[in-house]
Amino acid sequence: MSSQEQAAAAHVHRDDVGARMGMWLFLFTELILFGGMFILYSVYRYMHPDSFHLAAKELNTIVGTFNTAILLTSSLTMVLAITAIQRKQKALSIFFQLITIVLALGFMVNKYFEWTAKFHHGIYPGSDTLLAKPTGEILFFGLYYVMTGLHGLHVIIGVILIGMMARLTSKEIINSNSYVKLESAGLYWHLVDIIWIFLFPLFYLIT
Amino acid sequence: MSEAIVVPKNGKHPSYIEHEGKHKGLLGWILSTDHKRIAIIYLVAIISFFLVGMTFGFLMRLELIAPGRTIMDAQTYNSFFTLHGVIMIFLFVVPGIPAIFGNFFLPILIGARDVSFPRLNLFTWYLYVIGGLLAIISILLPGGPADTGWTFYIPYSVRTGSNVVFALFAAFVLGFSSIFTGINFVTTVHRLRAPGMSWFKMPLSVWSLYATAWVQILATPIIGITLLLVAIERVFGVGLFDPALGGDPVLYQHLFWIYSHPAVYIMILPAMGVVSEIIPVFARRTILGYKFIAMSSIAIAVFGSLVWAHHMFTAGMSNTGQFIFSLLTMVVAIPSAIKVFNWTATLYKGSIELSTPLLFALAFIFQFTIGGLTGIMQGVLSVDIMIHDTSFIVAHFHYVMFGGTGFGLFAALHYWFPKMFGRMYSEKTSKVAFWHIFIGFNTLYFPMFIMGWLGMPRRYYDYLPEFQIYHLISTIGSWILVAGILIMFGNLLKAWLNGKKTTEKNPWGGETLEWKIETPPIHENFVDIPTIHEAPYAYKQNESETLTNQEVK
Repeated sequence: MSSQEQAAAAHVHRDDVGARMGMWLFLFTELILFGGMFILYSVYRYMHPDSFHLAAKELNTIVGTFNTAILLTSSLTMVLAITAIQRKQKALSIFFQLITIVLALGFMVNKYFEWTAKFHHGIYPGSDTLLAKPTGEILFFGLYYVMTGLHGLHVIIGVILIGMMARLTSKEIINSNSYVKLESAGLYWHLVDIIWIFLFPLFYLIT
Repeated sequence: MSEAIVVPKNGKHPSYIEHEGKHKGLLGWILSTDHKRIAIIYLVAIISFFLVGMTFGFLMRLELIAPGRTIMDAQTYNSFFTLHGVIMIFLFVVPGIPAIFGNFFLPILIGARDVSFPRLNLFTWYLYVIGGLLAIISILLPGGPADTGWTFYIPYSVRTGSNVVFALFAAFVLGFSSIFTGINFVTTVHRLRAPGMSWFKMPLSVWSLYATAWVQILATPIIGITLLLVAIERVFGVGLFDPALGGDPVLYQHLFWIYSHPAVYIMILPAMGVVSEIIPVFARRTILGYKFIAMSSIAIAVFGSLVWAHHMFTAGMSNTGQFIFSLLTMVVAIPSAIKVFNWTATLYKGSIELSTPLLFALAFIFQFTIGGLTGIMQGVLSVDIMIHDTSFIVAHFHYVMFGGTGFGLFAALHYWFPKMFGRMYSEKTSKVAFWHIFIGFNTLYFPMFIMGWLGMPRRYYDYLPEFQIYHLISTIGSWILVAGILIMFGNLLKAWLNGKKTTEKNPWGGETLEWKIETPPIHENFVDIPTIHEAPYAYKQNESETLTNQEVK
């Protein structure tokens, strides 16, 4: 090891509090990112209350509820994965991380069927059926596709992220002494969850 | 973080320029996570884009030298002002000072070895380069460069045939570069201050970078999502803003300015920090009202985030809304003025040394004051109706953004150059360059105030003959300005490549931490992390006494 490499090795330091702080700041930016779309939703709902009422009736509340349950459960398994690693149960932690991924994929499959069903009814951006509807409904479905779409993108990113964490856990880079990466991935996953908690009532429940 | 670094065998620490990491040569620069090396590659990238943006501006000015077509057609002109705006704002002024000088000096100024997230730091540079490339792709692809202006106003931006999507996506990616830099800086300031460096012992540029970083974190996501939505609307025809599909273009303007007004404080605050560093050093005086300057940075960040709708007084808004936004706009002037008063008061009775960095800093104060006061004029509702969308506005924001931030960046470049490169530029040439830039700048932009006041609209390709004299003077100013900028960069480039080497730790007699470490800094910045006992600008009667008080190895 050359002297410079030694210097570089000595430079490596750990700051879990700093890492968590950085993650929280990033989550703020994500909230504000979605916040922009929530502003659009509120303003357009205020402008077109009747159309939003009618359009929301076309969404399938049962599928939505089912998906909410899936996501909430996946948040639980994520927490269990972190607790497991804290208790030095590596295999259990990886198991819970994989369960989280499976649940996330289940959510996406549901989402896929929901979207394709809409497409079959001719409700998609730029379709003749949609353009024939009042502008309020065009806006509602525009926001529906964009907001749930971007949320879905976040779910996919979360799946990749948790997959990477599972790999790091199996290589014991994430271990009972150093698990801030897994915690950060968990925070991100809860954010994905909480955004859905707001999307669900706004699009499915309030009619 | 406080652990000591290993001393190399020959007992001599190599500078960050000579330090050999994992990679050699060019890769050693573009793959290095050393904040100093990242700052240098940012410097190269940002100045390159500045020169591109400057070329567009220069050609626009040339077109406007006479009424009617001179060197380009109207469509090209529209693309040029869009590209000039997008490049200058997203690729030069916004990242400029934080990415170059913040990266290089923020950790040093607080006594840290690096930022909190070095790899994220390098990642921001890649995002920056990708954003820049997307902007260039938008120029080259068929369809032609975007012609919407940098504001991408709806509905034109969803209907024009030009490559708006690439320009939007460029701004989106650059926004994330900016957000990650902000997250990094906030965490660094919270976590990595040296022992004894309490909040009120931080140098003022750290305060301004800290305030900036918060605005970057909190405001940038809004523009990110807004521009993304416009891109989605364009590509997929989703109804979001387009009035034909029920959308509300004024809502787009709100969302756009919720970021883009705070963004002007992202641009100006770091420059104010630079000026706060330079003034006490070259006046040999402790800065007056340290806490007021520090707190005014925070106040500017807070109030600056609440005034966005003053860009839209003519776009349709309730009287109450207009009143509130006009009032808040006036309020922002107070912390800005506090800074200006404190800087000038610091100069009073100082032993002033008119070096190039101070000249740029003084020009900053002069031009920022003009830009700021004309800004208040626009905040007045009755006046704004008259001068909205005239070249008065163009003159105003160039006085603030270029006369302020641009000059602040040039000041920082001349101030920290010897520390960054271990070489000295020709002071004589740099002063020649300064006077060209100063005179050229004012000749270029001051006539715009007058013609704007007389009714010359902004962004117009053609104009009535009565405005020609102002356009002529303005264009002549652009020649002087460009000549000055070329002399300045030529001088600095020459110094970088083969200027006089210097290892003097403290060429200007500064009191902050960067002047107490090696020139150029070693890879780890500090051999031992210093313990801070004094406020940052403790100029005493006897200078040598101060220097011995706080010895840093």
